[in-house]
Amino acid sequence: MGELTFPVRIPLGRWAETLIMWVTDNFESTFDGITKTVNVILVKIDAFFNWVPWPIMIAAVVGIAWLVSGKKTALFSAVSLFLLGAFGLWSEGMSTIALVTTSVFISVLFGLPLGILAAKSDRFDAVLRPILDGMQTIPSFVYLIPAIMLFGIGNVPGVMATVIFSLPPMVRLTNLGIRQVDAEVVEAGLAFGSTPWQLLLKIQLPLALPAIMTGVNQTVMMALSMVVVAAMIGAGGLGYKILYSIQRVNLAVGLESGLGILFIAMILDRILQGVTKKQQKVIFRE
Amino acid sequence: MKSQVNRIECANLWKIFGPNPRRIIDDWGRYSKYNKTELMQRTGCVVGVKDVSFTVSAGEIFVIMGLSGSGKSTLLRCINRLHEPTRGKVFIDGEDITSLPKKTLRELRRKKIGMVFQHFALLPHRKVIDNVAYGLEIQGIDKKTRHSMALEVLELVGLKGWEHQYPHELSGGMQQRVGLARALAPNPEILLMDEAFSALDPLIRRQMQDEFIKLLKVVKKTIVFVTHDLHEALRIATRIAIMKGGSIDQIGTPAEIVLHPKTKYVAEFVQDLPRAKFVTAQDIMEPPSKWAVSANQTTEEIACKMDNENLWYAYVVDENRRIRGVIDYRTVVDGNGHLDPNNIMKDFPQERQHTFLEKLIKRAAKTSIPIAVTDENLRLLGVVSRECLLDALIS
Ligand SMILES: Nc1ncnc2c1ncn2[C@@H]1O[C@H](COP(=O)(O)OP(=O)(O)O)[C@@H](O)[C@H]1O
Ligand SMILES: [Mg+2]
Repeated sequence: MGELTFPVRIPLGRWAETLIMWVTDNFESTFDGITKTVNVILVKIDAFFNWVPWPIMIAAVVGIAWLVSGKKTALFSAVSLFLLGAFGLWSEGMSTIALVTTSVFISVLFGLPLGILAAKSDRFDAVLRPILDGMQTIPSFVYLIPAIMLFGIGNVPGVMATVIFSLPPMVRLTNLGIRQVDAEVVEAGLAFGSTPWQLLLKIQLPLALPAIMTGVNQTVMMALSMVVVAAMIGAGGLGYKILYSIQRVNLAVGLESGLGILFIAMILDRILQGVTKKQQKVIFRE
Repeated sequence: MKSQVNRIECANLWKIFGPNPRRIIDDWGRYSKYNKTELMQRTGCVVGVKDVSFTVSAGEIFVIMGLSGSGKSTLLRCINRLHEPTRGKVFIDGEDITSLPKKTLRELRRKKIGMVFQHFALLPHRKVIDNVAYGLEIQGIDKKTRHSMALEVLELVGLKGWEHQYPHELSGGMQQRVGLARALAPNPEILLMDEAFSALDPLIRRQMQDEFIKLLKVVKKTIVFVTHDLHEALRIATRIAIMKGGSIDQIGTPAEIVLHPKTKYVAEFVQDLPRAKFVTAQDIMEPPSKWAVSANQTTEEIACKMDNENLWYAYVVDENRRIRGVIDYRTVVDGNGHLDPNNIMKDFPQERQHTFLEKLIKRAAKTSIPIAVTDENLRLLGVVSRECLLDALIS
């Protein structure tokens, strides 16, 4: 029996490649602009985190943790940040935080309006939903290729790949948060003559804030999970250290950097959860 | 008294939820035979309000009453277009608002129509005062002015001193006072109230109803009040519209609804009611033309009238219809020529027009003289005889 072959070969990949190439060729200046802007933000944030002397940084984080989340988180933050420094990974840790901050900033910048639009229009929501599903399901590595094509090698494509990967929860939870606002309260806002903006700013967003903060938290966690992948296309920080340790099969470095990422993730998670709970208390007395 | 301005008018109003709703109305002859579920399965549409017309004049408390799902909330929301009517028109002060552009509609909602909600719909993240001031805030009124206006209304609803609390720190009754204050703050002429007291405990509900009626004597408003509670409707309404399946079965004063239900549905609703508690003197009294005589008339004339009307007693009134007293048929026929002033009795039962049947019956039990219904100047408005009372009780 002869080998059974498919009658057609659909070169979808080629088409996509052609499209990206075409975009790169025709919008080179646009993407250069984006690259430069993102880079400026990233460099500034990175420089800031690395400029703050470590005792002050630890004190600040511990203070915030104490305020929003309590003693336990404060203590945990103190110990784990100290360990990060003691592992000799302070500077890498700060770079990773800068990378995550930048990505999350951009994710919120785009995710919030997209979430609001999705909440206001069922049709837009219906279009957006499968795209978001796709963005979360496609292995994160796949984003690297167009990211390199559009933004080159370095921190910026790392940030952009991270943004695409971590955007969905921001959009989803903003959408959900706004839709969950009590229908009667929204009616009240309209009945007293609110404009759509007044309704959004004075009623819907404040009441959706706990959900939105949960979205930010998830975005942060997803961004942290991307740092190693982003390092593959030139992003620095702890992600690069881990990548290095994999390539060299260096358990020592791998363990320390891995713990470093875990520490950062846990601190950020506790602090953000604390903020969310505080808001819920104010708004819903939960 | 009641001025005859039509504050609100709904004309052949329809609201159908679902895709392509107008086709249902156009082809109502075909679709009317389906019940709710069948219509939903065949067309994906639900009938909310079905060809409803009514008018509400200034100062009225117009109550929309009906079981859950009868379309009360939908109808109410058509008045300020929280729901867009599928067909028909809504007039506010003679202006057709169904075609107003968005901006004008917002102005109307800001200035003219306030609304109170079943579950209060307060903003949980704002203090009481900022809840009350919300309507003023979105009009762009500065903080100082709107806070002082809000404080005034808060005092009116008895919540002075609570302005810096958050809604969840207040009891249900107090929260609804905040809801009421919020609706009153921009000083609208019209209040729409959707089951405003239904979420409250029965005792608190009674108290709120009483206070609300008192409040309306201070702030004159035109009210459209939705409720599923017949007793509440009878307590506060000037007129009641009974809704069933999206349309209005009957509109009338509380007494008309109870005494003369037009459909079987309404009759079933009111059959178990203790009538004595809401039928009032003015609903059952007979006109002065039957019961009044003048002191200037001769005894023959008076006796003749009393014979014709079959009266044992008659009220003697002056030219302003003010009561001079009551006379007994027997003393009239005995007399000769003119009425003897000594025969005009000054002691007779009298009540105001809003006295309830319950009290009238007690009164009638103690005297054989029919009860005079008078206004504040002792003018005769009508007479409640024993026959009237019996009729009211058994009809
Ligand atoms: N937004 C909506 N979409 C679809 N159907 C609705 C909507 N609102 C109300 N309905 C339907 O319209 C009918 C009347 O509802 P409603 O006005 O809320 O009744 P009530 O206030 O008397 O309980 C009900 O059958 C209800 O299911
Ligand atoms: Mg309702």
